[in-house]
Amino acid sequence: MNTKLKALWGGYGTVLVLAAVIFILLPLSLDLFRLNLVGKYLTYAFVAVGLVLCWGYGGILSLGQGVFFGLGGYCMAMFLKLEASDPESTKIQSTPGIPDFMDWNQLTELPGFWLPFKSFLFTLFAVPLVPGILAFIIAVAMFKRRVGGVYFAIMTQAFAAVLSILIIGQQGYTGGVNGITDLKTLHGWDIRTDEAKYLLYYINGALLIGVVLLGRFVIGSKFGKLLLALRDREERVRFSGYDVANFKVFIFCLAAMFSAVGGAMFTLQVGFMSPSFVGIVPSIEMVIFTAVGGRMSLVGAVYGSLLVNYGKSYFSETFPELWLFLMGGLFIAVVMLFPNGLAGLSNQWREWRDRRRPKAGGTVTPLTAPPAGATPPPAGKDPLPPVASVGGGR
Amino acid sequence: MDGMTLSEIGSLLVMQGFNGLSFFSVLLLMALGLAIIFGQMGVINMAHGEFLTIGAYTTYLLSVVATDYAPWFMNFYFIAAIFVGFIVAFIVGYLVEWSMIRHLYRRPLDSLLATWGLSLIMQQAFRSTFGPKEVSATLPDWLMGSYAPTDTIDIPLNGLFVMGLTLLLTGAVALLIFRSRWGLHVRATTQNRAMSGAVGIDTAKVDRLTFALGCGIAGVAGAAFTTIGSTGPTSGSLYIVDTFLVVVFGGAQSLLGTIASAFSIAQAQSTLEFFMTGSMAKVLTLLTIIGILMLRPEGLFRMRVRK
Repeated sequence: MNTKLKALWGGYGTVLVLAAVIFILLPLSLDLFRLNLVGKYLTYAFVAVGLVLCWGYGGILSLGQGVFFGLGGYCMAMFLKLEASDPESTKIQSTPGIPDFMDWNQLTELPGFWLPFKSFLFTLFAVPLVPGILAFIIAVAMFKRRVGGVYFAIMTQAFAAVLSILIIGQQGYTGGVNGITDLKTLHGWDIRTDEAKYLLYYINGALLIGVVLLGRFVIGSKFGKLLLALRDREERVRFSGYDVANFKVFIFCLAAMFSAVGGAMFTLQVGFMSPSFVGIVPSIEMVIFTAVGGRMSLVGAVYGSLLVNYGKSYFSETFPELWLFLMGGLFIAVVMLFPNGLAGLSNQWREWRDRRRPKAGGTVTPLTAPPAGATPPPAGKDPLPPVASVGGGR
Repeated sequence: MDGMTLSEIGSLLVMQGFNGLSFFSVLLLMALGLAIIFGQMGVINMAHGEFLTIGAYTTYLLSVVATDYAPWFMNFYFIAAIFVGFIVAFIVGYLVEWSMIRHLYRRPLDSLLATWGLSLIMQQAFRSTFGPKEVSATLPDWLMGSYAPTDTIDIPLNGLFVMGLTLLLTGAVALLIFRSRWGLHVRATTQNRAMSGAVGIDTAKVDRLTFALGCGIAGVAGAAFTTIGSTGPTSGSLYIVDTFLVVVFGGAQSLLGTIASAFSIAQAQSTLEFFMTGSMAKVLTLLTIIGILMLRPEGLFRMRVRK
């Protein structure tokens, strides 16, 4: 790769290529059914991009991104469901005008928290804000008390468990384990037609490119540098006079809102939302999308989501036995062998090649990979305490 | 509560208390191994539930062998199963530590992801070997039936057995950690790894044994679980979040904390279940734990540790 090309690559080249893939290559080469599937995978990419920011750069591993994805999706689904259950089309119910699953569960009027979702404007704000506010509460409570690392991961996982149990348990209010289904129109616009599917795919792609660009802006700013610094040496950043917690809160909320947008686009494109995208298992699967694509690469995370999801649907259709082995192996391999994922492969290969060359007068190998997990520790036990900030509050 | 006599209310309380206690033993059995691995070593083992399942399937296999080939063994196989379950889980744990975990000590978040991958692989391995259906071991006669001191109180024997085993195992772990030389090394390594290495403790070996022991205890817990429920490929993973919360809530480095938190969580949940649906009781319990942990991140019992 010559230098000129490399400069372009390091600039906006990768984003341009990604845009070309999403807007031109995929729509031209796939039929509508497959394209809709890809559109679904791309909604997970919102989560993955958010995780690059908060996990790759901020060092905050959240195992509860499904919560935010789900909340965003549910906000959108509630609006669509209310529109689909107008008194005219639900007149066979004992209480017309409420969603069908409420009628099945003997509810006779719309619960209060559903009411504002009759307004589209409110829904548009609620999609990022409801998950954003929840993320803010969680993050403030945790980071202000200097809880981080694995403790934070476990707590977010507990949140994912709580929300999915809650949704499944409160069938009358949430649609239970089936979720909110039979979504038809958005402001009278039928989202199930072919044109609508194409249009939604493009809207989704545009939003995703927007999110990636926003992520680039964040990483490139001074805030992005601070984020990296506090990931690697949190104490030192704190002693330099920065309030570390605020930065962490911000990046966690941003990642949550990205996920929420993805969730809302998921609902629109797939036509339903269910607790199976909220719980622990989907949340942790979302982390692997990021890990495969490269936890330090926004664009890589998008490809990671596409690749893992494509692999998942391919293998679970053809070799269902094999899929979990592969998925499990992927987790282990990515963590142990390719900590920077696909995006880091070329760097890793170059490092490996350089190391194989005879040592020329003790040159210092440049530190290309980030220390938080990138370079495997030297063989044997290192007596030093862990570098990454683990559970501050002890 | 009208229409109930005093003795009926009394036996209701006893039964309710017993339910809480047997849930407590289940939680504690699961949490013990984790308290050692996570509490002492700081390693998140997401595959902990699968080590439990190893113990459960071992027991199932032994029960099949006993019923088909050696009927005379039927009455005692369960005792053997506890030991075999321990040994199998111990060996697997030892290998896992050697091949995977030891490379990830400095990257706790990554060890979390890698062990999650391991748990997926183990689940699929169980599914391919034993089939997706849940299996249950044939219990020996002395574990069946129940103890009924009055007409209205009915305490199942297998519940009592699990409680007894929990008590025994907790005692053994406490002895190991606080009275044995190995326990001394483990505690020293937890509190200050660098200094422990300096005074000649082989910390790598301590880590490997600690991890394997935690897994072995999970195997025993799995054997005990076959007396109260059936075993499926994913039955171990159902409890993993609850178990982590038990350990975190108790204060990660404290064995006493783990016991106290398992007790309070179990009692809270089984009491709440009396008043509302099971899922709401669980939600409320989890939220309470999260709330308390937000106010007191170090858990119930804290211990000063130099990281």
